[in-house]
Amino acid sequence: MRCRKCGGKAVINMPQHRLALCKEHYLAWLPEQTERFIKKYRMFTRAEKVLVAVSGGKDSLSLWDILHRLGYQADGLYIALGIDGGVNYSAESQRLTEKFAAERGLTLHVVDVRAETGKTIPEWAEATWRGREKPCAVCGLVKRHEMNRIARDLGYDVLATGHNLDDEAAVLFGNTLAWAGEYLLRQGPVLEERGGLARKVKPLCRFYEREMAAYALLRGIEYIYEECPFSAGATSLYYKELLNRLENDRPGTKLAFYLNFLEARRAGLFAERSEVQQALHPCPGCGQPTSAPGLCSYCRMIEKGRDSQV
Amino acid sequence: MVKIILRDREFEVRAGMTLRDALRKCGILPEAVIATRQGEMITEDEILKDGEVVKLIAVISGG
Ligand SMILES: [Zn+2]
Ligand SMILES: [Zn+2]
Repeated sequence: MRCRKCGGKAVINMPQHRLALCKEHYLAWLPEQTERFIKKYRMFTRAEKVLVAVSGGKDSLSLWDILHRLGYQADGLYIALGIDGGVNYSAESQRLTEKFAAERGLTLHVVDVRAETGKTIPEWAEATWRGREKPCAVCGLVKRHEMNRIARDLGYDVLATGHNLDDEAAVLFGNTLAWAGEYLLRQGPVLEERGGLARKVKPLCRFYEREMAAYALLRGIEYIYEECPFSAGATSLYYKELLNRLENDRPGTKLAFYLNFLEARRAGLFAERSEVQQALHPCPGCGQPTSAPGLCSYCRMIEKGRDSQV
Repeated sequence: MVKIILRDREFEVRAGMTLRDALRKCGILPEAVIATRQGEMITEDEILKDGEVVKLIAVISGG
């Protein structure tokens, strides 16, 4: 297969775009496309301060690399979750993230969940939510809370995450199966600032997971290849596999599923609920906006887990 | 024969087929992997030759 730009040997073929590219042109194409999506969805400008949530994985490190190459003001935030799983998962991903930042002279903020809250993620899961189950719900809650807190405390305009199209399509698939209207309304490349929370953006949301892995590999980015030990058997992985089977038989299906959803929403398929129903108030515990009465779900989790012994 | 490696699994396929056909034989979705040969990424139309080793990188992660 030949590169469409130069006729050289292609390293990747993207049937959904009817495009094959060589290494050099692929490494130029992907940031160009990212720039196009940042502008198209009005994510941020070069005058704004961007905080990139980095996990040590291929997507978030590549995102940071791309924003840096494009000349954006992008600092990193690493949240140390304290997950070991027999593979030293958190320690190794932190090491790779710190190495990445140091080699490029980038600013990285590190938040240690145990130092902040007294427990690691698996310990919080054990202490609060039906102990033996997966800590993913607790993990999501804590990460969201810490990202919002750091963005607000350090004055970032926007929070960027490395979600790719496969991530987004899997979430969309799950929300559609459940007809979770509230979530469908909020899912997208940009979540506008609400109640003092920084705007959230997903600049990679139109790239296939395979494209992001190819970028990381071709750029020589060292990322954590091991899976989070808790992700085995996750529903999101199952949905990704189902969508990839569709993609295999009908190239472009994943992309169309996501883009047609965005278009349908823009055209008004999903109605906003009334102002009263979506009213936010500051949580009496942490001050972050919440729609729940009283404490936010993060503070309720902390309250519930604080007294129990691990 | 051609050896195909994905994490701790190994497959063997006949030489002379394309990477696309080899993946199908092994029951691996092309969307879920990147194929490399001697450290270089290759596309699915590549014909695999006798004695070659193809290393697959899993691209799908949870979360
Ligand atoms: Zn080229
Ligand atoms: Zn709170």
